[in-house]
Amino acid sequence: MAVVQDVHGHHDHHPSGIMRWVMTTNHKDIGTMYLWFSFAMFMVGGFLAMGIRAELFMPGIQILEPQLFNSFTTLHGLIMVFGAIMPAFVGLANWQVPLMVGAPDMAFARMNNWSFWLLPVAGLLLISSFFVPGGAAAGGWTFYPPLSAQGGLGVDMMIFAIHILGASSIMGSINIITTILNMRAPGMTLMKMPLFVWTWLITAYLLVLVMPVLAGCVTMLLTDRHFGTTFFNAAGGGDPVLFQHIFWFFGHPEVYIMILPAFGIVSEIIPTFSRKPLFGYSSMVYATASIAILSCVVWAHHMFTVGMPAVGQLFFMYATMLIAVPTGVKVFNWTATMWRGSMTFETPMLFSIGFVFLFVIGGFSGVVCAIVPIDIQVQDTYYVIAHFHYVLVSGALFSIFGAVYYWLPKWTGHMYDTKLANLHFWLSMIFFNVAFFVQHFLGLAGMPRRIPDYSLQFADFNMISSIGAFGFGLTQLLFLYVVIKCIRGGEKAADKPWEGATTLEWTLPSPAPYHSFETPPVIK
Amino acid sequence: MSSKSVMALLGSAILAFYSSMAFSSKYFHPEPQSVIAQETYDQHITALWICLAIFIVVFGAMFYSILKHRKSVGHKAANFHHSTVVEIIWTAIPLLILIAMAFPATRTVVAMKDTSQPDITIKATGYQWMWGYDYLQGEGEGISFFSKLSTPVAQLEGKETKGENYLLEVDNNVVVPVGKKIRVITTANDVLHAWWVPAFGVKQDAIPGFIRDLWFTANKPGIFRGQCVELCGKDHGYMPIVVEVMEADKYAQWVAEKKKASAAVMNTAAVGN
Amino acid sequence: MTQSVTKINIVMSKKLLIFTVVMFCFGYALVPMYEKFCEVTGINNLLQPDVVDKNIKVDMSRTIAIELDANVRGMPWQFKPLQSNVKIHPGESIEVMYEIRNDSDQEISGQAIPSYSPRFLEKYMKKFECFCFTKQVLKPGEARQMPVKFVIDPQIPVDVNTVTISYTFFALQPGK
Repeated sequence: MAVVQDVHGHHDHHPSGIMRWVMTTNHKDIGTMYLWFSFAMFMVGGFLAMGIRAELFMPGIQILEPQLFNSFTTLHGLIMVFGAIMPAFVGLANWQVPLMVGAPDMAFARMNNWSFWLLPVAGLLLISSFFVPGGAAAGGWTFYPPLSAQGGLGVDMMIFAIHILGASSIMGSINIITTILNMRAPGMTLMKMPLFVWTWLITAYLLVLVMPVLAGCVTMLLTDRHFGTTFFNAAGGGDPVLFQHIFWFFGHPEVYIMILPAFGIVSEIIPTFSRKPLFGYSSMVYATASIAILSCVVWAHHMFTVGMPAVGQLFFMYATMLIAVPTGVKVFNWTATMWRGSMTFETPMLFSIGFVFLFVIGGFSGVVCAIVPIDIQVQDTYYVIAHFHYVLVSGALFSIFGAVYYWLPKWTGHMYDTKLANLHFWLSMIFFNVAFFVQHFLGLAGMPRRIPDYSLQFADFNMISSIGAFGFGLTQLLFLYVVIKCIRGGEKAADKPWEGATTLEWTLPSPAPYHSFETPPVIK
Repeated sequence: MSSKSVMALLGSAILAFYSSMAFSSKYFHPEPQSVIAQETYDQHITALWICLAIFIVVFGAMFYSILKHRKSVGHKAANFHHSTVVEIIWTAIPLLILIAMAFPATRTVVAMKDTSQPDITIKATGYQWMWGYDYLQGEGEGISFFSKLSTPVAQLEGKETKGENYLLEVDNNVVVPVGKKIRVITTANDVLHAWWVPAFGVKQDAIPGFIRDLWFTANKPGIFRGQCVELCGKDHGYMPIVVEVMEADKYAQWVAEKKKASAAVMNTAAVGN
Repeated sequence: MTQSVTKINIVMSKKLLIFTVVMFCFGYALVPMYEKFCEVTGINNLLQPDVVDKNIKVDMSRTIAIELDANVRGMPWQFKPLQSNVKIHPGESIEVMYEIRNDSDQEISGQAIPSYSPRFLEKYMKKFECFCFTKQVLKPGEARQMPVKFVIDPQIPVDVNTVTISYTFFALQPGK
């Protein structure tokens, strides 16, 4: 999230004004656009979340009619996953991967431009679907048929948006893979790469693997809706459960796509502010790879209630529980990195510690959900909502905040307002927990998810949760303010503002010049 | 620094307070009413204790380190960065814990799937947006009815005070005898639904065109409530499930009444399409 | 230099175009290929009757209650089994009857699909005759009785004593 104003060198002839952004092939410009797009979508998704929590503030229907409520939950999920979290990570990769491996730019600079400019189109399709007859898709972000076969034009718009987003993700991933494998500075072997680069390499492979599956899945849904096929319709010999298998074969790796780069970010930040090398670098790499592999064989744990045979349930339970092992290794490694360090607690570090703390809670509820009998009890309840918000909001999102504060001085050349940034952290931390911790209990007590109205026993905790959510939402405006303030000015940042930082980007001036590493640095 | 630790303490005190508020209250599992529900409940409690123990160990270490190993108190950074022994240990221990957790769960899963030898079989069909029940076999065979939300619209719209069982009450309860093995077959008319009664620890998706089954044996008489838990469209939140468990003789009486009533209205079965 | 780059690009575009067209056609070719594949390997044959070993032994020591279930989705038909359940011995050959009746004043066609509970029953259920996956056309008011002939394999696990066989009729769109 930065505007690169400084122009170094004599050959930087790039168009100015709007055309600079439309035509750009510069990884920094594209990274910046990705991040701003992601923030805009985060605001839209956040607005939908506020609508949901406002409706759930009290029992009864006050603001959103049930059908519109379903559209809100559906679009909230889709926009946050595909519009906010994923582009934010791609944006970070665009900015940082070339800088961290000592490359002058991404491997396919023009494709990079194209893969970004697909996103606003998809975003517009999703948002404008609210205004077509029949309204936006209302079948949940997982859009299970036959319900998703019932919707109107909004569902088709959603399907096309997903196609476009998928194409963009695949191009972005291929770009990242090629950059990392071919454009590293001389001397930077794979096992010397920063962990953020490692985790993104693995993530990109996962993306290339599963995005086509999602594309196939939505295409089958489209032909079921309009061209008379019956893949997911029992009437013609199809099976609605098939959709769930295909969807989650994409969907489970997808959640790791959203968390592996977060692991990478935290593995950069914690050593920096502990002034101590990362503990167990190679085990971190192996743990990331094994999480990625395991993530492809656990998809049906989202489907424990569809009536699988016992053997199937048990296999997916064991495989899912196994993921806790490499994830645990990561948490222990972070703790060991902090152990006997010399820590300071700047904003990125606060967000990283917050990440570890809350992600572990999300991990625990994940293990609890992996156990089939308990999962059958909590499946499709608020317990699951609490679980995945703990890993995606306090997991993925907190790491993105941490990353932005960590690299903002490098991007803008200014220090951010430390006081306000720390306030942003503490408010986020408190309101997040107020909003989501109570939802565990709502789920255990029996409140299903995706309902616009609930019985009276759930009233008080829903109110607490709504208050927390409003607070969390407002706090993010503070984030916007801090970032804009930092772009427009502030204390001049040193080339290496963090004492303990070791990676390549800190050898560049702050702000990073428009063209960097034209002569590759040599790694000893 | 001290203000921060005060804040941290305060935060954890509040957290502990409202967690304890939740336990053994309306904000935890409903009281288990069947063997499976009891096993599920016990496993969840065990899992919580294990999580708590790990949590205390890991974050005890981390927060000790945060307090003591900080630059502001003059701590100098050590320079170790790996230890194979430690890494093997903390890979192996979680693995053992997980095996210990998986073992009882496996037994329960096998028991849950054992729908053989039921005393009564009931078919539950999900409709947009109500449930239909057909007693297929056993005492009460042939009984068939729909079960719809009975909360008055005025309560939904907020024109009347909401009753105790707001959104959890239906016109026709599913009635079953106590202590008998009830097998429920689920299917659906239009889209996916899911049949869930938390007190019995059962939840099963209802899939149009296919049948799935589940079973429970109620421990004691009473009324137990649940809801549809698979998004099924506009009124997904308005199709509750109410199971009434009766003593055997009362159940026989109920069956007799139902039979008499259905003899009078033979053609209600044609509803639904 | 520029000339040759343009040339290379044109050749590349042509190759990509041909590849796209071939892949598009391949998509359609999959349908007959899949059918052929199923025919050769014998998997997924829904319409052929199952073949059962002639000397299958009837296990008189066990009785299994078979619940018969019928559902209609989205069409004005009555569909029910003539008996709600039958008690059989594994290995014994059984015939049960289902009845459909068209209550509307229009000719309607429909098709039934089967489903079993518990799910592993599918493995042990050998059908000689069935009406499933077959188009049924009923005139207004017409009724039809349809048999299902099958045998339950005595290999079925010993603790199973109640199973459900369910059929669901779906309307077929006109023109199919």
